[in-house]
Amino acid sequence: MARDYFYGYRRDNGRVGVRNHVLILPVDDISNACCEGVERLVFGTMALPHSYGRLQYGEDLDLHFRTLIGCGSNPNVAAVVVIGIEPGWTEKIVEGIAKTGKPVAGFHIEGRGELATIASASKTAQDFVKWSTEQQRVKAGIDELWVATKCGESDTTSGLGSCPTVGNLFDKFDAKGSTLCFGETTEITGGEHLCASRAATPDVAAKFMKVFQDYQDEVTRFKVDDLLDSQPSKGNKAGGLSTIEEKAFGNLEKIGRNCRYIDVLGPAETPEKGPGLYYMDTSSAAAECLTVQAAGGFVVHLFPTGQGNVVGNPIMPVVKLTANPLTARTMPEHIDLDVSDLLKRRMNIDQAGEALIDMTLRTCDGRYTCSETLRHREFSMTKLYRSA
Amino acid sequence: MPRAIVLDPGDTVATLIDPARTGEAATLAGARSGTVTLSADVPFGHKIALADIPAGADILKYGQVIGRATAAIPAGAHVHVHNVEALRARGDVSGRAA
Amino acid sequence: MEEPDFLVHHKGDTLGVVVVEGVKAGQTLTGWVMDADETTTVKVLADIPLGHKVALAAIDDGANVIEYGNNVGKAVEAIPVGGYVHYHNIKSNRW
Repeated sequence: MARDYFYGYRRDNGRVGVRNHVLILPVDDISNACCEGVERLVFGTMALPHSYGRLQYGEDLDLHFRTLIGCGSNPNVAAVVVIGIEPGWTEKIVEGIAKTGKPVAGFHIEGRGELATIASASKTAQDFVKWSTEQQRVKAGIDELWVATKCGESDTTSGLGSCPTVGNLFDKFDAKGSTLCFGETTEITGGEHLCASRAATPDVAAKFMKVFQDYQDEVTRFKVDDLLDSQPSKGNKAGGLSTIEEKAFGNLEKIGRNCRYIDVLGPAETPEKGPGLYYMDTSSAAAECLTVQAAGGFVVHLFPTGQGNVVGNPIMPVVKLTANPLTARTMPEHIDLDVSDLLKRRMNIDQAGEALIDMTLRTCDGRYTCSETLRHREFSMTKLYRSA
Repeated sequence: MPRAIVLDPGDTVATLIDPARTGEAATLAGARSGTVTLSADVPFGHKIALADIPAGADILKYGQVIGRATAAIPAGAHVHVHNVEALRARGDVSGRAA
Repeated sequence: MEEPDFLVHHKGDTLGVVVVEGVKAGQTLTGWVMDADETTTVKVLADIPLGHKVALAAIDDGANVIEYGNNVGKAVEAIPVGGYVHYHNIKSNRW
């Protein structure tokens, strides 16, 4: 590859991020307005309004905390202001993020009112922005880069071109010691035997099969038809994908030929087994998947699309690539890398992989992706069941 | 003097509508009258026992069982999550907790 | 070879994917078999949009269809060589 380093922000815990956000993080949906108030007052901050955080319990509540703490802890985030209604859950999130060593402060609205809370939180946010804007990028090797991938609005060109391009990068980065992530459990349906064969050990394969089967059982329990409108989606079908099995084999091209996953993560869990490829149990819905991957600590995202999925993420820059010449032609404002020449045999997979490596490292260095420039900051919580 | 509301004649607790300190006599209103002397500092909106409640006895409010005493609760004591347990929605006893 | 009209993932697949626009019934298309690096041809029996599939062998009603060297569904009617293949005539074995 042309180079095996990038320029990023080295955080207190040693991790390197590629963006420098100051987040205003609501504990729950009723704290969104207060967070947006701070964002409006203080330039350089980013509120992350979301829809949940009240009356959740059990594993669903654990996932909620893991997602918020994980996103605040992500190396792309320089500092965090957390705002909730009451101090208990607010402090829990502050303490979780504080383990990274980054500046974090909590505020709660009850007993004070929103206007006073906006004022106090804004003073702190202003200090955080002044501090964060003095942080400088340093050179880091790609062995310190954590890269996630998901494909979306796939069509048959995904399996032919854009997904194998990611796979080529993944094989190369894996060999250099990067930490990588793929997932989308329902979208492996039909290809689960192939995915299990890419586990590094039989234990990891068994862990994957359990996660896969649990999700199959859930879909079987709730589906009312052959899912012909949802998985594959209407967009997938318009692009030529006919069955979930066909979609699965295209999907799995993203892990290349060589790399093997060394562990299976729950949604929003952080890798703990060192560098390598990880499988994360995620939804195939783009915003939900990217949200839990960001919470897991991944700093840049590679997103092959066929028909043109426009999703972005507030924390990770999302690099969009397509091998569909029609999409590259009609939706260029959404596409960072056009690899449709693969279908014309004007380039091979290795060359496409190098082009993606180049675009990925330039993105890490600071180049805004299409989705960043178009303000796509989809932040969607995964819910396991209804709130109480 | 702090005031406390009793909602039903059969209730074993009253709810303070003023904060109250140890030794103060809270005046009862609503379904009961008289006073109860506080044996602890209890915040606004919290409950006090109207008479001694034995450990394991039901706690009555709104004329209904709202929980069970996990310890003996003397009259005038603070009644809350430290000495009351719920009888419903108990994931810890239904066998699901890890 | 010149730019292919369709691509085949694995030798032995019974489906190929059209990768050019404007394919009309009656045209003979040239395809690239990717894993074997070979070429092949097929005459299409219908208009097939970019990204959609063509049968490379006759597929019986109820038979599995093969792509990526793997089973990707079953035919719900007989499909001749060159036929347009999509969710009107193949269905998932899984959902």
